[in-house]
Amino acid sequence: MSSFKVFDIAGAGMSAESVRLNTVASNLANADSVSGDPSQVYQAKHPVFQTVQDTQSAQALGAPGQAIEQASASVKVAGIVTNGTAPESRYDPGNPLANADGYVYSSNVNVVEEMTDMISASRAYQNNVEVMNTARNLMLDTLKLGQS
Amino acid sequence: MALNLDSYLGVHAQALTLEAQRTELLAANLANADTPNYKARDIDFKTALAAAGAADGAAGTRPAAATAASNIKYRVPMAPSLDGNTVDTQLEQAAFAENSVRYQATLTFLNARLKELMTAIVGQ
Repeated sequence: MSSFKVFDIAGAGMSAESVRLNTVASNLANADSVSGDPSQVYQAKHPVFQTVQDTQSAQALGAPGQAIEQASASVKVAGIVTNGTAPESRYDPGNPLANADGYVYSSNVNVVEEMTDMISASRAYQNNVEVMNTARNLMLDTLKLGQS
Repeated sequence: MALNLDSYLGVHAQALTLEAQRTELLAANLANADTPNYKARDIDFKTALAAAGAADGAAGTRPAAATAASNIKYRVPMAPSLDGNTVDTQLEQAAFAENSVRYQATLTFLNARLKELMTAIVGQ
């Protein structure tokens, strides 16, 4: 039944946003990670969201020509990309991880960017939770139709 | 005289179907609030309901779902973002809240109609 797709959509949204929150947590935790080798140092990770078009439901509605436009759309994480910015080098010969020249390379995590990303992800997650709660209440009311 | 339940329930049965579909569409908009190149969509409710009513009178089938699909429009963005996403979260939240109140109102109307029918059947 199509009404229950609201739960799938909101659930997919929550799942995608929680992946985003996870990458933010991982990035923030590694914001101060250093390494003596620039290829080994932690690189900031970011999820890429992609729309999942539900073409099946549009075909069921009898509109095959405009299937893509008319279907409801869910969301998924298409992949995780790493930030390609070169890591910053710092002269710190006292660090046990420093290379032969006394340099360490720190991760390219932008803490301010991660914090704003976290707020955005948490707001979007809350929106999806609210959608699911409202849809649940409406469904329960519909089930009680004609009984009260 | 036979009672046609569809015509007895009036516009409310179709309105409920359309509102359920609109809930789904607005949920999709909110779930895709951060998806690059996603374009927000909504149902042109007035036209869809009018079309559903007209088609219902002609064919006697349940066309609400199909007419909803052909009345889905892309939202005109007020402030499009650089990643091509046109979802305005606040706008979608307001539309979702409005739609759920409408859904509940339709349920109330339907309940009242069914209660009338029950009173007529039981006769007391």
